Amino acid sequence: MAVGGCLFSRTPMALVRELLRQRRHGLTLARNLTCTEGEFLMVAGAAARIVTAWMSIGLPWGVSKILRHFVESGRVALEEWSHLALGLRFRAAAMGVPFLPTLTMLGSDLMDVGGMKRLQDPYTGATLAAVPALFPDVALLHVHRADVFGNCQIDGYPHMDADIARAATTVLVTTEEIVGVEETRRRPERTVIPGFVVDALVLAPFGAFPHECYGLYEADFDHFADYTRAIDARGPAAVADYLERYAYAPPTWGDYLDLFGGERLALQQRRARELTGE
Amino acid sequence: MTDVTASELLAVVAARELRDDTTVFAGVGVPLLAAALARQRHAPRLTLVIEGGIIGPEIAPGRLPISTNEMRAGRRATMLPGITDAFLLAQRGFVDVGFMGGAQIDRHGNVNTSVLGTDYWHPKVRLPGTGGANDIASLCREVIIVTPHERRRFVERVDFVTSPAWLHGDGARRAAGLLFGGVSRVVTTLGILGFDPDSRRMRIDAVHPGVSVATIREHTGFELLEAPRLAVTVPPSEDELAMLRALDPERRFLG
Repeated sequence: MAVGGCLFSRTPMALVRELLRQRRHGLTLARNLTCTEGEFLMVAGAAARIVTAWMSIGLPWGVSKILRHFVESGRVALEEWSHLALGLRFRAAAMGVPFLPTLTMLGSDLMDVGGMKRLQDPYTGATLAAVPALFPDVALLHVHRADVFGNCQIDGYPHMDADIARAATTVLVTTEEIVGVEETRRRPERTVIPGFVVDALVLAPFGAFPHECYGLYEADFDHFADYTRAIDARGPAAVADYLERYAYAPPTWGDYLDLFGGERLALQQRRARELTGE
Repeated sequence: MTDVTASELLAVVAARELRDDTTVFAGVGVPLLAAALARQRHAPRLTLVIEGGIIGPEIAPGRLPISTNEMRAGRRATMLPGITDAFLLAQRGFVDVGFMGGAQIDRHGNVNTSVLGTDYWHPKVRLPGTGGANDIASLCREVIIVTPHERRRFVERVDFVTSPAWLHGDGARRAAGLLFGGVSRVVTTLGILGFDPDSRRMRIDAVHPGVSVATIREHTGFELLEAPRLAVTVPPSEDELAMLRALDPERRFLG
């Protein structure tokens, strides 16, 4: 399962929440930079393996204690690729080819972790790394707007979503807004995922919260601070309680957002507008 | 200098390493802070490239990004090509300097940010991982590492090579297939370290004011060479410190 966005940017949180609610387990999560959603999936027993370049929330909060707990005890395997290599794994799949040549990761011990192979350039004989394509069974993505045909537009950072959508077998998308196809036609250059690669589309305003959605709302750093303070005090049990409160108890996404409250959501919207000058 | 913290000294000295009219791939934290300072002070045409897929941002004082892929990191950017394509610009040779931190570093400049312990799958300590560090170290024309100088960080051999510098010495990097680059300097809280051009072993190039060679050796877990002519760092000016402090008033990265 590949998750779009990057770290705490445009994470498809509503979809991750639903996955938790369905008590899935034994999944492999592939995400370039993994944040709180990776911790949720570890603590819930949903993820057995995580394929990523980096996992924690961010420098001010230090190394993730949940990551350390589950990986050091061997309960979750963390398969590490460089950020570009993982991007190229999605791109190779998006291009429909089995691998892509690259220079990155050569000479490092990362080569052995995921079993990346070397290859000789057939023209010059030079050594290259051959990044294997990654075809996820399912992709979870969150976008700014989409029309009823599934054509998706993303503002600001594209991250790896367009490649992930093409790479995956089944593509599930939540969107901040559903627009008429005339709106898509007015700005077709903004469409980054064609409707025919999307399998399901769901309207989910604030669908990445408390993570950010470019131009619409900033990530809620105070919420992260409360969350990590609880982990510092009580370890994984704090995350289990968090999931009870935020994932399992509220029946709908609207009920989930009510836990944060309209004032908080409005504040994060104002902060986003300040940053993007809109 | 008594009222200058170690992180402030590190950021100011690191900023001086960056030249105008160049391109720098900056990691979040002190490297990005130093790059932002360089742009404000002596390198107004320095182009920042950030891992989140961002080119040419102007970081707002007091709104430093916590990650490299959030809105704050891309303020007033000139292009948002996406993560994969930003790194591919480096692979193509367009990025002059890679500017990064590191948890553990060895005498050939190789960096470990993955695991402590010898068994990758059963580590003693699991660290966050490479992120873009491996790519920066592999693909930029030159790499400068910015790190606190602690004995536990400067080890004879890293447990795991996350980000390759000179690997086991001169020639090894090219032999592995990396076409250019390598670590040129390691800026620390005690001094500036370089590499012997033949053996590619780490050496002391400069000491910060009030720091002795003996102190640097004490805080390093392997034998350091010395440059033929040792320099002494010019202390941070009032002007540099004022600009730096204005960039991080909440002291998220300055401590």
